[in-house]
Amino acid sequence: MNKLRFFDATLRDGSHANAHQITTDCISSYCAAIDDAGLYTVVVGHGNGLGASSLQVGLSLHTEEEMLAAAKPYLKKTRLGVYLIPGFGTIHDHIAPAIAQGVQLVKVGCHCTEADVTKQHIEYARAHDVEAYGVLMMSHMAEPERLLQEAKKMESYGALGVILMDSAGALLPKQVAERVKRIVSECGLLVGFHAHNNMSLAVANTLAALDAGAAIVDATLRGFGAGAGNCQLEVLCGILQKMSVETGLDFYRLLDVCDTIVAARLQKKPSEITSLSLVGGLSGVFSAFTEHIKKAAVRFNVDPRDIFVELGKRKVVGGQEDMIVDVAMNLAQRTRKDDISFLMESLL
Amino acid sequence: MTPVKTKVAIIGTGNIGADLLVKIRRSPLLECALFMGRNLDSPGMRFAASLGTPISDQSISALAEDPDCCEIVFDATSASIHLQHAPVLKALGKFAIDLTPSKTGCMCIPVINAEACLEEPNVNLVTCGGQATVPLAYAISQVHPDVQYIEVVASIASRSAGPGTRANIDEFTQTTKDAILHFTGVPKAKTIIILNPAEPPILMRNTIYALIPNPDMEALRLSVKQMEKRIQKYVPGYQVIMEPVFENGRVTTMVQVTGLGDYLPPYSGNLDIITCAAVHIAEMFARKKQESAHE
Repeated sequence: MNKLRFFDATLRDGSHANAHQITTDCISSYCAAIDDAGLYTVVVGHGNGLGASSLQVGLSLHTEEEMLAAAKPYLKKTRLGVYLIPGFGTIHDHIAPAIAQGVQLVKVGCHCTEADVTKQHIEYARAHDVEAYGVLMMSHMAEPERLLQEAKKMESYGALGVILMDSAGALLPKQVAERVKRIVSECGLLVGFHAHNNMSLAVANTLAALDAGAAIVDATLRGFGAGAGNCQLEVLCGILQKMSVETGLDFYRLLDVCDTIVAARLQKKPSEITSLSLVGGLSGVFSAFTEHIKKAAVRFNVDPRDIFVELGKRKVVGGQEDMIVDVAMNLAQRTRKDDISFLMESLL
Repeated sequence: MTPVKTKVAIIGTGNIGADLLVKIRRSPLLECALFMGRNLDSPGMRFAASLGTPISDQSISALAEDPDCCEIVFDATSASIHLQHAPVLKALGKFAIDLTPSKTGCMCIPVINAEACLEEPNVNLVTCGGQATVPLAYAISQVHPDVQYIEVVASIASRSAGPGTRANIDEFTQTTKDAILHFTGVPKAKTIIILNPAEPPILMRNTIYALIPNPDMEALRLSVKQMEKRIQKYVPGYQVIMEPVFENGRVTTMVQVTGLGDYLPPYSGNLDIITCAAVHIAEMFARKKQESAHE
């Protein structure tokens, strides 16, 4: 078994849960405390990555430059990582400056059927001696064979690995295993998994991914992340120890950072599975839409569950936050169907 | 008397090139004299041949061999290839209309600066996202020169983003942003491009956000409405689907572009808006030339 690589998304995915208001002070404290814990990389920045601070997705409290500068001096053993979705950030405005600030690892993400848009960015990172990994978002929306084809494209661009993101928390363990196994068996890339906890399956799904041959775990402390949150990294670490799987992680250090920084200073409230996030997972809608949906529901006086279900039907993808208002307006205008028929449709 | 049509040539036989060809054949002012690419078997090339248009697989070399065949050249290849084509077209004295995000020539949004562009040897049509959103950003900045920030989000159907668009996604994003800064004078701008794989394919949808201290919503609505009417003259499927509203401290407006369904289905409004703009500029060039010939 390959040595597992733990990618820490606490500061990035947690940014969604905090409306992108994480302070540079917290970033510095977090990085200083976690540097010795044995993680492969700590990814820093806006929840949707470089260049995503926007009216569409939400404005960050600090600029990227400030956030990276707050992290860099404290990460001596752990790689400083960033995330980028092509179409949000560009090489000129975002990747090049981040590399100049000392970023050592770039994750380049796209909707799971659109890997060819990551070519320029993966190639640029690799040409500048920066580790690059591909990320296939909303991976519940494509079958294993299609994911394999997209992963192979990323491999041809020079990616070192591919991470399947269950952005909506919509996958079941069996589906995770099928997806991971298909790529591991026919492609030379390291495979990773990033879970969301909408159906209380984030840890189980990550274990299923590891069992199927995944070598990268992408998770967050206390599950701090968008919507219902992510695979809870310290819980996974404890389980792996119990299973006698070598993690290279300092378990007590992770717990200390959970208590003294994440719970005490980052999280306004614990990540939890609300009724709404459950409906979101069942409808397959991007977890990071939750806060926007709640606002739109109040403004247009419609049921937020109906917004989730309708967005699921329209197959919206990450970044299409503008569709939320459109759907809410339409729902407010048309005659409401009863809740039961909506729920039934979402389960089909 | 029927005026003599101005001869044009097209380089690039992908979706954009083929769509241009259909529009040019319908034009009372233009005639396609040569359709150039690299592969005689490509769908676009076979389509052109079936219409009886002269074709060549020698790309721009075919033009160098027969330089008198046309006055206007449309380049529908890619940003990096246009960088090689541009000096050749200039040496041949052609009026070049560049549909790639290369930014080689003068950036052109017809509804804003068409007249000035006719004096230039090389006109760059920015990007489809730019053609759709810059006019509205401009309409907003005309009413409110004090606008602090403009952000545009362009969502297009995956199926209408061909290999060229995907390979140029970084230039596409950057060039669209640069065009907003250039045409509106706003101090800060941002562009977000989303490819949506939903089936059936979605229509091209663009959202424009603006941060304005004290927006005059009535004047903004009027300005956007007038801009929509002017664009509809050359892009019939351009439609403001949400007129400017003020919410959450920002002005938001939304436009949808339905294609004419010439070579590609109507959901490809993103291709239609840039080919419509290209033909519009070519027709203005042709009309101006005919008028000066009559004087």
